[in-house]
Parts: sequence; C-alpha cells; structure tokens
Amino acid sequence: MAQNTATADNFDTVIRAEYERTDIGDAKLEDVQRKLPLSETLWNSSAFRKTLILLALAIIWQIYGVWLDNPMIFPTLTDTLGALWANIVNGTIPTRLIATLKVLVVGYVIGVILATIFTTIAVSSRIGTDLLSTLTAMFNPLPAIALLPLALLWFGLGTPSLVFVIVNSVLWAVALNMHTGFLTVSDTMRMAGQTFGLRGMRYVVQLLIPAAFPAILAGLKIGWAFAWRTLIAAELVFGVSSGQGGLGWFIFENRNLLDTPAVFAGLLTVMSVGLFVEGVIFRFIENRTVRKWGMQRG
Amino acid sequence: MSYQDPTRLDSGITTGTAQSVAAPNSLLNINGVTLQYKTPEHLVTATYRVTFDIHTGDRFVLLGPSGCGKSTLLKSIAGFMPPVEGDIELKGRKVKRPGPDRAMVFQEFDQLLPWKTVRENVAFPLKVNGVSKDEADQRAMQMIEKVNLTKFLDVYPHMLSGGMKQRVAIARAMAMRPDVLLMDEPYAALDALTRRKMQDELLSLWEDLRFTLVFVTHSIEEAVLIGTRILVLSPHPGQVRAEINTHQFDSRNADSPEFAATCARIRGMLFGDAETAH
Ligand SMILES: Nc1ncnc2c1ncn2[C@@H]1O[C@H](COP(=O)(O)OP(=O)(O)OP(=O)(O)O)[C@@H](O)[C@H]1O
Ligand SMILES: [Mg+2]
Repeated sequence: MAQNTATADNFDTVIRAEYERTDIGDAKLEDVQRKLPLSETLWNSSAFRKTLILLALAIIWQIYGVWLDNPMIFPTLTDTLGALWANIVNGTIPTRLIATLKVLVVGYVIGVILATIFTTIAVSSRIGTDLLSTLTAMFNPLPAIALLPLALLWFGLGTPSLVFVIVNSVLWAVALNMHTGFLTVSDTMRMAGQTFGLRGMRYVVQLLIPAAFPAILAGLKIGWAFAWRTLIAAELVFGVSSGQGGLGWFIFENRNLLDTPAVFAGLLTVMSVGLFVEGVIFRFIENRTVRKWGMQRG
Repeated sequence: MSYQDPTRLDSGITTGTAQSVAAPNSLLNINGVTLQYKTPEHLVTATYRVTFDIHTGDRFVLLGPSGCGKSTLLKSIAGFMPPVEGDIELKGRKVKRPGPDRAMVFQEFDQLLPWKTVRENVAFPLKVNGVSKDEADQRAMQMIEKVNLTKFLDVYPHMLSGGMKQRVAIARAMAMRPDVLLMDEPYAALDALTRRKMQDELLSLWEDLRFTLVFVTHSIEEAVLIGTRILVLSPHPGQVRAEINTHQFDSRNADSPEFAATCARIRGMLFGDAETAH
C-alpha cells in the first residue's frame, strides 16, 4: 500500500467486488443493550469514588497525628473519633447540632420563600426585574456575617439575629440563580407551553420552574452552603445566650478548655453535615430530577 | 378559548374525512395581515398585507426565501404576535392569543418538556385543558402508536433521536385534536434520509386523520411533496407572490417530470430565473 501511494504512476484503481449482507437481523438483542459489569458500575458511581478519597485522607491524617504526637495541637484521627463518640454518647453534640439545624432550617426556608416571591415579581414586570437586580447587586457581594453587629443591635442576642443573618445569606444567592434560570428558558419551550393554554401561576409552576430547575437547584445549593458557613461563624461569635448554643459555640467552648480533640470533633461534625447535605440530600434530589431528565450531566 | 367545551374537543380534525381537498369550507382566514417587529432602533416589517384562506383538510404550505416572514406569519396565526394591520380569523373568530385549538410543532428539538416522559409529554396539554387523566393517557397512547413510538412510552426526551423527538411533538400536537396543526420547518434540523421518512409518515398520518395543516418550509421539493396548496411569498418583506395547487403530487410521483416542472416553476418565481440551480 505504501508503494501505491508513494508514486502516482503505479497507482491502479482496483475494482473490488460488491457485497450485501442479509444476516444482520440475526444479532442477539442483548448485544444492543447490555448491563455493564459490576466493577464498571461501581467505578461509574461517584459516591464510590468519593468514599475512596475520604478513606485515603483519613489514613494520611492518622499517620501525621501519630508522627507529631501532640494531641493539644493536632490530635490523631482516633483521638478525634474518640472525642466525637464520647460527645455523641453524652448527648452534647446531638443537642448542639439540633440547636444549629433548627435555626438553619428556619432561616433557609424563609430565605427561599422570599427569593421565590422576589423572583416571581421580577419576571412579571420590568420594574420588578430592576428591583431584583439592584438589590442582588447590592447585597450579594456583602458577606452576610457582616450584618451580624447590626442584627445584634436590632434583634438582640439570640435566635432572631441568627435567622436574620441566614436569611440574608440565602435570599440573594437563590433569587439571583432563580431569576437567571427563568430568563434562560428557551422561547420555544415558552411558546409550546402557551399553545397548551398554560397561563398565570400554572405557567410559572408547571413550565418555568421545572424548565429552570437546574439553575434553581444550583441556587439552593449555593444558598445552603452560604447559610451553613454563616451560621457556624455567627455561633462562634455568640450563641451561649439562648442557654444552649449550637455547634459553633461547642467548638469555641472546647478551644477555651484546650480540649483540642473535641474541637476537631466539632469541626468534623460541621464537615460531615455539610458533606451529607451536599453529597446525599442534594445528590438525591439531582438524581431524581435534573440528571434523570438529561438537563444536567455528570 | 373554550377548549373545555367537550363538543369542540371532539370535533376538529375528524370532520371532513370524506371531503375533497378543494372543499369550499374556509377554516382560517388571513386578511391583509401586516406584521412588524419593534427593536430598540428599528421597525422591521416582516410581512406586508398578506391575504389567503385555508380550508378544512388543506395541507397548506408557506414557502419563501429565508427572512420573508414565514415564521412570523405562523407565530401570528398561533396567536403570539398581533398583526399591526388586518386580522386573522379561525372559524370566524378573531385570533387573539395562543390556544390549544392551534397546535404548533417547532423546528427546535427542545419543544418537548425534558422532565416528562414521552407519554407524559403527549398527555400534558390534554390534562392542562381539563381532559380526565384516563382519557388523556388513552388518547396519548393512541397518538404515540400512530407515530410508531410505543416502545419509547416511558423514556425521557433526552434519550430520543432528533426524528423521534419531532414525532413526539407531532403526536402531542395531534392528541390535542386541534382545528389546525401549525408546523414551522419541523424537519429542517434532520438529516435527508430521516426527513424523507418523516415526510412520508406525515402524509400517511394525514391520510389517516385528515387534519388541517399549515406547513412552513424553504425547501421547494418539500413544499410540493407535502402541500396540497402552496403560498409563495416574495422576499423580505413577505408579500403574496402566488398560490399554487400541488395536491396531485405525493411521494409516489416525486420522481416524475411533472413534479420537477412544478418545482422549476416555483424556483423561477422565487429567484426570477428558472435556470437557477437549487
Ligand atoms: N425577534 C425579532 N426581532 C426583530 N426582527 C425580527 C425578529 N424575528 C424576525 N425578525 C425579522 O423579521 C423578518 C422575518 O423573519 P422570519 O423569522 O419570519 O423569517 P422566515 O421566513 O421564517 O425565515 P427562515 O426561512 O430563515 O426561517 C426577518 O427580516 C427578520 O430579520
Ligand atoms: Mg423561520
């Protein structure tokens, strides 16, 4: 073949025989669609891959802790787990966690409801759009925690101040994403919905919201992340006032007692909750919605 | 927009089964319609004083060069764009806004709702319009069967090919039993083989249900094949150039000299030169 292409002179067109196959209908159906082997299915699961990474990090932590041998500065994984276990069994961490989550859920829900109202107003009129974009432009760059001194002044030491700060951290991120999501719904899909006779609230609920769901979900995730960080930070500043503080206060308290393993246990709890919500709850929602619908990859 | 009225729901496409193509029962009247877009800087006239009638059972094709306002005209019939001059009447009533009596199939594949399965997509408009769940599901099943997608009932749209998506869109539109089916270059984004197959399927669906079709295309061959009557529009802004009967052509005689001659004649109208290559 190499000789044939090298010089044009000795290149001859060879007429080859035609053929037509009649046996292709006989292929077995399993070959068209077949289950993947277990190992491949497992490796395709991102939960499995992430578990492996977590395991590797845990081993590194333990080795470094043992090597350093200074539990006041950097306790080993086993020390930390011990402290975690002890604090779970004596009920400290569960009560603190519940206290934190209660405040969080209240703030998050209020924030999301307000964001939905804002966005609905924004999509229904031009002045509403201007209002929303001006407000988000003002408040989105402001770390919500910066409002804490003001909140303390207005609402005093206690839950209302925390809720105020969380609402601020959730509202703008969620509203911004929701609005962007609504704006990116294609004209074709809007027109299709309208030819069905969808109008008013039904149009928003049955067409715009599901069509914008990838963006809305992204907003909810960002809102959650902001709220969680903001709340722990706020609790570090105060939180004992209500008699029983939250997780942030637990961490602060144990640092004062120089109980470093317990501080680590607190941090581990904060991380675990974060991972759980992002990796399990939001993942579950994604799998049931945008991923199943092919609106998001990965 | 009284789609809830059950008598109207069941009329529409099934009437006119025995009528010939030229039946003098006017369904849709477009009277001197001028359509304009207002952009921040310009006022764009898309069509100028366009007049034509569509009869029940017509396969009416809007044909014209790119930018002559075919899509705009179809959007206006669907009720998305009020004319600045003239009016559009469906069954003697002025078209004011979109409604389920004028189902629309778009060129884009994203007209299906990704969060609903094929069956749910087809049944959804029916449910929106107050058809009971059982009946909606049953009608959806029937239409999905007619477009040969029964195997894909519970599949989400992202797992379908482009041609399949268009078939679902057609099934969804037809399940509504609209007075008229509006199609805007529904096959333009498909490959030539699939397009040809879909054209034949559309024609046999029409043989079966005898609905009224308004079909937009800029392919002359497609227009002659699909249409019983073709409205030829002049270049931008669109004005009526001619109306041509093509009910005698279908896929069986698409290779005949008459078919080619009709195409050449239309090509001549569009480009002012019968010799212009396609
Ligand atoms: N949203 C819009 N805003 C302003 N002008 C528009 C808009 N949509 C279309 N036009 C203009 O209106 C005219 C008609 O457009 P239209 O889309 O109806 O053409 P068409 O015949 O469907 O063309 P094609 O075959 O390419 O789809 C064009 O000149 C176009 O530039
Ligand atoms: Mg167009």
